[in-house]
Amino acid sequence: MTPSSRLTPYLYVLPLVALLGFVFGYPLLKIFEFSFKMVRGIDGPWIGFRNYQLILGQSLFWESVLHNLQLLLAIPVMVAISLIVSVLLAERVAGWKLYRIIVFVPFVLAIPIVAVVMKRMFQFSGPVNEMLRWMSLDFMALDWIGSSSVALWTVMILIIWRESALGIILFLARLLSLDESVTEAAKIDGAGWWRRLWHIIIPEMRGVIEFYVVVSVITMLAAVFSYIYIMGGGRGGPGTSTEVVELYIFNALIRSSLPGIAAAASVMLFLVTGILIFLLFNVRQRAEATQ
Amino acid sequence: MSAQALQPGAVVKQAVLLIASFLALVPTLYMVLTALKSDAGYAVDKLGFPRAPVIDNFRSVLVDSPFLHWMLNSAVLVAGSVILSTAISVLGAYAIATMAFRGRNTLLAVSTSLMAVPPVVMIVPLFVLYTRLGMVSTYTGAILIYAGLITPFSVYLLTTFFRTVPRELYEAAHIDGAGQFTILTKVVLPLSMPALVTLVVVNSLYVWNDLLIAIIFLQDDAKRTLMAGISVFSGRYNNQVPLTMAGMVIASAPMFILYVLFQKQFIRGLMSGAIK
Repeated sequence: MTPSSRLTPYLYVLPLVALLGFVFGYPLLKIFEFSFKMVRGIDGPWIGFRNYQLILGQSLFWESVLHNLQLLLAIPVMVAISLIVSVLLAERVAGWKLYRIIVFVPFVLAIPIVAVVMKRMFQFSGPVNEMLRWMSLDFMALDWIGSSSVALWTVMILIIWRESALGIILFLARLLSLDESVTEAAKIDGAGWWRRLWHIIIPEMRGVIEFYVVVSVITMLAAVFSYIYIMGGGRGGPGTSTEVVELYIFNALIRSSLPGIAAAASVMLFLVTGILIFLLFNVRQRAEATQ
Repeated sequence: MSAQALQPGAVVKQAVLLIASFLALVPTLYMVLTALKSDAGYAVDKLGFPRAPVIDNFRSVLVDSPFLHWMLNSAVLVAGSVILSTAISVLGAYAIATMAFRGRNTLLAVSTSLMAVPPVVMIVPLFVLYTRLGMVSTYTGAILIYAGLITPFSVYLLTTFFRTVPRELYEAAHIDGAGQFTILTKVVLPLSMPALVTLVVVNSLYVWNDLLIAIIFLQDDAKRTLMAGISVFSGRYNNQVPLTMAGMVIASAPMFILYVLFQKQFIRGLMSGAIK
């Protein structure tokens, strides 16, 4: 090999390394540094663990963490919905292609748009409550948006509505790649629908289900900003009832101009998601090994 | 087929899918129907079809709010970041898939794991840096960040795809005396159109729909994206529901039209894109 051809691969990956280094590498190193500094403007003096102490001593931070954890409750519901719909689509029941186009729609619509729409639908005097009252279910006509004990559950409904579409997409992709002879053989054996689902289809989908669960956990802990920002009126409201860790970081950085505090919270969020990403890789490798 | 349709099981299955489809469409239906009502009409009837459809809401939205301007801003960001990321990823993924060099596996592993890092973790240092460099509220600054955020997925998808291209094709081109770059542009890329379409669909959707980066890094009114614009717009017209819905119809129209026109590409893109 000539020296120039030995250099060629590095020339090809150079822009890639530079871009990833700038957008991921630099920030991921810098959050650790900032988290130990009292940053005013662009830099500041080292202050040890003071940022962490301040955050961990703040009830608002713990409330945010608790809200993120509460959102995890949405995941079993999302898995169940995604499983049922994707399995039915994969059976190619009459009209499945049209159904598929429709059930993917939530994933194509932007979160902020849907959040604005849902917020109006769930207003106290909005159509959802009007419908409930019309069905004589007055006791269920809650103040979905304005009550601080209900608001986060309402956000959860929106999250389930949209993130289930991702589950359907994922599961359907896996199901359509399955060998049909297995399920066909079970059909001839006379196994019923539920038995086939439980004993043959779900075991085959274990990898993709685990993958979806881990991705969803990361979403609930660290990627719900768009939902919360719109539904909670930009402030995690009413009060602090829909405040989450992402909004805490956003507020510390933009509204209070305390990058050090924001960085320390980012470090904690990064470490938690880092563990989950490690898990994700194990899950994926296992999924690939069984395929 | 007809015998199967009569089975009770088939009826239940149809019913389940019908309900799921209805729920998936409810917000869209509500949005469109409400946008066609007057304020008075909405106050009387929040659920039904508009008795006397009006288009005034759409007119006021387009006259009073810079929706088209916001859309243009979003389009600039989508185009800039998707083109930049695709070019960089094609080069990088081609090297990873076809050339032997030190650090190749590490690069792919690191890049792939970055897919799962939530964007919120990166914003603090980038914002501080951009403030110092005067890059807050610049297209260049935001395009760089978006391009970076979508690149790990692009590299993963393209590397996987390039590895499926038969080796004989490369070797034949090599023997013909073609250089690496010629092989990439003349042999590999024309074969890669399906993967490239997937990338463009998934990545455009990401950038177009993003709110977090947009409100932090494009604070200037003139640079506001559609999603950031929506959050301002919906706050301002909080009590005028039909007007707000008209705005949402306009905001969702571009992606909706693209989805209906290019269902096949979207569905294929989402299904292969989802397997990250």
